[in-house]
Amino acid sequence: MRRIEGKAIIELRVNGEARTVAVRPSDLLLDVLRNQLGLTGAKPGCKNGDCGACTVLMDGWPVKSCLVLAVEAEGHELLTVEGLEGKSPVQAAFVGHGAFQCGYCTPGFVMVCHAMLTHHPGAEELVMEEWLQSNLCRCTSYSEIRDAVRAVANAGKRE
Amino acid sequence: MIGKVIRIKTSIADAIPRIEAWEKATGEAKYCGDLATPDELIARVLVSPHAHARIRSIDVRAAAAMPGVKAILTGEDFPILSGVLIEDRPPLAKERVRYAGEAVAVVVAADEAQADLALQAIRVDYAPLPFALTPSQALAAGAPILHEGLGEYKLAVEDVYPQPGTNIVSQYNMRKGDTAAAFSQCEVVMEQRYFLPPSDHLAMEVRTARASITGDGEVAVTTCSQAPHVVQEQIATCFDVPTGKVRVTVPYVGGSFGGKAPVTLELLAYMATKKVGGRPVRVVLPREQDMASAPCRLGLEAHIKLGASKNGVLKAAEITYHLDCGAYADIAPYMTMAMAANGTGPYNIENLACDAVSVYTNHTYATSFRGFGHESYLFCVERAMDALAKTCGMDPWEIRFRNAIRPGCLSPSQIECTASNLGDLPECLNKLKALSHWEEGRRIRVDGRTVRAKGIACLWKAVNPPSDAISGAVLTFNADGSVNVNTGVIEMGSGDKTRLAQMLADKLRMDIGMVHVAMSVDTRANPKHWKTVASLSEYLNGVALMRAAEDALSQIRSIAAQALHCAPEEVEIDDAKAHKRSNPKEFFHFKELVHGYKAPDGTSVGDPVLGRGGFMLKGLSPLEPGTGRGKLAPAWTVGAQVVEIEMDIFDYTYRILRAGTVMDIGAPINLKATTEMINGGVSMGLSLASREAFAYDAAGVTRTPNLRTYKLLHIGQEPEYRVDFVFTPQEDAPFGLRSFTEHGILGIPAALGNALSAALDREINSLPITAEALWKAAGGNV
Ligand code: FES
Ligand code: FES
Repeated sequence: MRRIEGKAIIELRVNGEARTVAVRPSDLLLDVLRNQLGLTGAKPGCKNGDCGACTVLMDGWPVKSCLVLAVEAEGHELLTVEGLEGKSPVQAAFVGHGAFQCGYCTPGFVMVCHAMLTHHPGAEELVMEEWLQSNLCRCTSYSEIRDAVRAVANAGKRE
Repeated sequence: MIGKVIRIKTSIADAIPRIEAWEKATGEAKYCGDLATPDELIARVLVSPHAHARIRSIDVRAAAAMPGVKAILTGEDFPILSGVLIEDRPPLAKERVRYAGEAVAVVVAADEAQADLALQAIRVDYAPLPFALTPSQALAAGAPILHEGLGEYKLAVEDVYPQPGTNIVSQYNMRKGDTAAAFSQCEVVMEQRYFLPPSDHLAMEVRTARASITGDGEVAVTTCSQAPHVVQEQIATCFDVPTGKVRVTVPYVGGSFGGKAPVTLELLAYMATKKVGGRPVRVVLPREQDMASAPCRLGLEAHIKLGASKNGVLKAAEITYHLDCGAYADIAPYMTMAMAANGTGPYNIENLACDAVSVYTNHTYATSFRGFGHESYLFCVERAMDALAKTCGMDPWEIRFRNAIRPGCLSPSQIECTASNLGDLPECLNKLKALSHWEEGRRIRVDGRTVRAKGIACLWKAVNPPSDAISGAVLTFNADGSVNVNTGVIEMGSGDKTRLAQMLADKLRMDIGMVHVAMSVDTRANPKHWKTVASLSEYLNGVALMRAAEDALSQIRSIAAQALHCAPEEVEIDDAKAHKRSNPKEFFHFKELVHGYKAPDGTSVGDPVLGRGGFMLKGLSPLEPGTGRGKLAPAWTVGAQVVEIEMDIFDYTYRILRAGTVMDIGAPINLKATTEMINGGVSMGLSLASREAFAYDAAGVTRTPNLRTYKLLHIGQEPEYRVDFVFTPQEDAPFGLRSFTEHGILGIPAALGNALSAALDREINSLPITAEALWKAAGGNV
């Protein structure tokens, strides 16, 4: 185990790039992504693990970046919404199905859905519900998000 | 009607995605908190741990000496009072705190961690005072008085009536007909009480604001407000700065629901930057403070007495609404007025006595919330209608249909209803009957432990903007003939900007792809729009925008006429082209005209096209004291909703199976987007009614100030949604449309209450309706 006191320079692998940041041991991954790397797609909604707006992927699995210390992310492959480069079928489905209104929860939802569909390409409703309960949306009725994800999952089943 | 539905390449009816959809899906959309700059200082807020206390002293010495701390502010620094109706609120408490969560001091430091450490080093000596947490407590004899200086406060408007020496912020009384005489002739009388606790908006984006002051005194504010022009004016008023020197910008707003309409953090940000010589300062709140400190949704205590003939025809009503407006007035007096003016619900009642009172309590202060109070009083009225139906032995649908307000009836404030200003509620009810399969029965026993039940509720809402609310639109054009839309309308999720763009495309007869909308708002660049609230933007700004389009079109016609050598009246516009009516083949594309026309011989014709349109509301009048007669709103929106639940009669848990809405929205503009907005409101209503409340401990401190303890609906708990429409045009509105964006919530708490009351065969008259509440209603006790 590495001991860090004061500020330390660490290297994070974000969206396929090596990025160097100076962090205190207590700095949250969320804050470092946003404030030092300008990756503001992940949003603070509670900084308590309750809302999912800050979700990013660590080695392909969703994590709430407000519950991860930047130093813990060292040596892991991070993917943020910016890393999808607007190419993910999930994003297209969210646009087409009206799966957001204010859009604040969207990057978080998109990342969870992206991870879920990677691990369960043809995810059934219950799998979807289990995965997406980690995230809150105050604007939509959730049925639009469900429709968007279902559309991508159904496409996954056909493949 | 301004404009007419005509099909061109794209149409207002098209189900296009919101125009900013990709920006949001990719995470590129920037919200206020995403616009941090390295030179920014961070301000954090110290809040009161007491519901009511005298501040004996604040010792900031230790905190001020801590590393990174640039300044500390307390109520002594800027001893001002703010408020849009009654100036009763110090941005930082002075001498007294009136709710747990009230801002007491602000630390400005180089970063958040340093500011947080310093906050902990501030010592405040409080002397706790007795407190009142509900309107009844605050109105009782001997109740602690929150504002002894109520009589001296400056009133910013004429129609608020504070009662010094009491906790009454304002009161509105409606008197129509002869209630006493009418009740004496009623064969059926029903009387009940209702209780709704305060709750939170819970926009996913936590409030934040940033301010700086340049060397020449220019104030720049960036915030997540629904009302940038009000922020500008409030800062000017509170701190004596010329209004034009204050520039407010608002990027995308991450949800608001009324909670970002009041001016709150912007004042703190101004005070903080002022204290550090104008350096940019950002006020950052944790979610816990966003919930406990920033304004929330009102609470309500109500009493309703209805009188009817035995066949269920309403004759008289006596209604009392006591709004729990918390520690400061904010906009609560106007919500009280809205409740008074509409407090019967959408029913024809000729004899009415309704008293609506806003009351100070030691809660977080309330502000506008989706529905502007209608979602709350409708719970009471619609529960009362079900109770009345039961007393009369009538079907709840039937009693509503029989009493539904119709053109020709007088509203509670004695406005004559017309098809245009009201819409068609009976038709909404007819369609709801079909959509909900009402004939199946209200309560069905599924098996030994499960029942299914349906509840319905009607809704109506009249917005009550100030009678001088304004909006504006400026159109400029690009070299490709496309148009740029500049308005003061905020994009906070309600999708107004998309539907306005669709209306503009239709009016200018061009493809929606040629309409470019400035998404952020800057008071320096965009014309004043009253506020993006009250679901009024598509009307208020819509009229202005249509006028701007007319203006641009007449310029285009005039240039085209010169280029085509014909009279302007002979010029037809279609598909972004101006052609001669007699010969459609002779045309000019907008791109050849909008920057003036240059003829082949080099002569120039016309000037650049700049469209402008403005609109000020007309014909509104305040409520006359005593009778409450007056016109607060241009129109109502009416509708009816149904909720179907399945309840376990052993453990009182329930599932929400279906939720249906039929609404008269005036005109079919992008019905897909409309449906999404309505269902968003339905979902919020279900969440509110089934689980949301601020719970307070014995000391008056909220026990649920975070998303761990204050639960929202999540995926998997949503019902199947159904929506249908009625289209009765509102004649003074663009395309005849009616307000609808917030309305999905309105009847839902009541419909859920009615369904669960039917399932349990008990009167459930308070919110939220949890399994525990049902168990208690069924006689369970600990
Ligand atoms: S900010 Fe991380 S879960 Fe809410
Ligand atoms: S779209 Fe606003 S919170 Fe989900």
